[in-house]
Amino acid sequence: MISAFLLVLRRELTVAVRRWSDLVMPLMFFIIVCTLFPLAVGQDIEMLNNIGPGAIWVAALLATLLSLNSLFRDDFEDGTLEQLALDKEPLSFMLLAKTIAHWLVTELPLVVLSPVLVLAFGMPVDAIPGLVLTLLAGTPALSLIGSVGAALTAGLRQASGLLALLLLPLTVPVLIFGARAADLAASGQSIAGPLYLLGGISVLALTLAPFATAAAVRVSLD
Amino acid sequence: MWTWFHKLASPPHFYRTATVLEPWLFWPALILLGIGLYGGLIVAPADYMQGDGYRIIYVHVPSSYLSMFSYVTMAVASAIGLIWRMKLAFCVAVACAPIGAAFTFLSLVTGAIWGQPMWGTWWVWDPRLTSQLILFFLYLGYMFLRQALAETRQADRASGVLAVVGVVNIPIIHFSVEWWNSLHQPASLSKLEAPSIAADMLWPLLVMILAYQLLMLALLMTGIRAQVLEREKNARWVGELIGREGRGA
Amino acid sequence: MDTASYRLEWRELALWRGDRCLQQSLTGRLEAGQALTVRGPNGCGKTTLLRTLCGLSQPETGEILWQGVAVHRNRPDFYAHLAYAGHTNGLKGDLSTRENLRFAAILRGRHTNQNELLHGLRLTACADLPTRNLSAGQKRRAALARVLGSGAQLWVLDEPFTNLDAAGIEWLGKRFNHHLSLGGLLMIAAHQASQVEPDRETILELPGGDT
Repeated sequence: MISAFLLVLRRELTVAVRRWSDLVMPLMFFIIVCTLFPLAVGQDIEMLNNIGPGAIWVAALLATLLSLNSLFRDDFEDGTLEQLALDKEPLSFMLLAKTIAHWLVTELPLVVLSPVLVLAFGMPVDAIPGLVLTLLAGTPALSLIGSVGAALTAGLRQASGLLALLLLPLTVPVLIFGARAADLAASGQSIAGPLYLLGGISVLALTLAPFATAAAVRVSLD
Repeated sequence: MWTWFHKLASPPHFYRTATVLEPWLFWPALILLGIGLYGGLIVAPADYMQGDGYRIIYVHVPSSYLSMFSYVTMAVASAIGLIWRMKLAFCVAVACAPIGAAFTFLSLVTGAIWGQPMWGTWWVWDPRLTSQLILFFLYLGYMFLRQALAETRQADRASGVLAVVGVVNIPIIHFSVEWWNSLHQPASLSKLEAPSIAADMLWPLLVMILAYQLLMLALLMTGIRAQVLEREKNARWVGELIGREGRGA
Repeated sequence: MDTASYRLEWRELALWRGDRCLQQSLTGRLEAGQALTVRGPNGCGKTTLLRTLCGLSQPETGEILWQGVAVHRNRPDFYAHLAYAGHTNGLKGDLSTRENLRFAAILRGRHTNQNELLHGLRLTACADLPTRNLSAGQKRRAALARVLGSGAQLWVLDEPFTNLDAAGIEWLGKRFNHHLSLGGLLMIAAHQASQVEPDRETILELPGGDT
């Protein structure tokens, strides 16, 4: 079971590296959305300071949504998804490997890039570790919850609007706790409370989401 | 026990049960609705702070309650359908969605109308209203997902998974929204936490909740009947039923 | 391959697509050393039948048994013995044929020599190219190589001869007969002759779907 998990993880990462241009897209999107905020609300540094943490989280959420669209669709179309579903190893485990690969190649770069955006919003440098921590704790939940929605819409073309409608309500708690923790970090306060809550949601998603994703994939293949 | 279960799982029997139950739910609902409205709008005294404006709770509170009740019913029915592969359970789940969405919408609109005299604006990011809004999106997601999947069986199972995921999420969403609100509006006056509500005001509310509950169940029966007919439209018993009713008319 | 005799049975299957009933009351069995060829006009449910027997689709009614146990209750055991190639080839376009096959083999816990298979299917020359660059026939052969090298007892192939040339069809037929002679089970949906020895083959002619 573990070896199947690692095998799927390795294949996903290999494919991701060979399609590196697909990886850059959500990252570019993340940066562009963040640039839109100053353009829209003006360059008042205090205002940017205030909206910064929330804006970064909204941008991360939207970038995740963009990348989730293709999480299972390519595999659905080329038939590799049904091959996974026909394997003796548990489907939920192998889909979890795919989801973790998704986190590694799309969410982790966002986390790495976020310090630059902290500076762009004129937030203090001290806020960087806090923001990075909140993103590290919260983005796994985004990938995991997202994988359920991606699995439900795997067989549908042009499903990006539907995917947003399905997923955004479900990710509200992650956004609330994440943005609040980032906000606290920016004002130099302790982020422990919301950070634990975020971690809790991620752990809960880790235990439940793979089963829902596996069920959804089986439905999509039917 | 099992014969009862199997009987219930047969579409014609299910259809007949729903048909029999429907008037027994609908007429009491209508009568209670009359009593509740009379009690709420005429008998109950005006609130010393909000005047007559508070009377909208007689619509708002039952709608909010039923918006949740419908979602939980939908999720439980979906789970039964998914686990025991019971097709009729999905009829129940599907019938719940538009009813629940309508009650959620009603709850949002009455909440907004209430907000006007209370806060002077139509929309306040009150935690209850915000949760209701998210719930409304969950209902829309459920219905649009069904819409997107052409095949009934696939739509049943996919939307079932979504409903179950949603119902696990709802408590977390509620908690997060409450938490978020407590940070941004520490002195918010929560509408339902009136410390003591006068008996004259309370009984019409309880009657209204009961009336709405019965109304919802009656609507659910109608929805279930429509679903069963739609799915069994090629079955012989449906043909016989239509023929008989056609002759009777 | 071990000598235990395997069997797949299905009882009273009803297959539906949307509002349309494709097939009703399908009952049958497939035993070790036997081949089943499913035929019928387009839209009669050949693919649906194969997918249902693999457990990918749920039948509207009826049950499917592998070794006497319902398939959906015992996925790990059933899937350990099953190799399926559907309309889609199940290859990652960014990986080479060799990489795709290696992934499938390791997932099954096998470390077989691929070269003989690649040679037989005349894929050696393009084995290290990303499969997205292969022709339709080459992709099809790569998908077949995955099934043929799987070591599974039950092969389920949907239109295996599509995009193959005459030599390829003949070679595949030989592999089928070899597989059956070792006690394997084979199920295919095909328009062409299946190349299987007649005494091993059962033909299931599905009636047309449009009524």
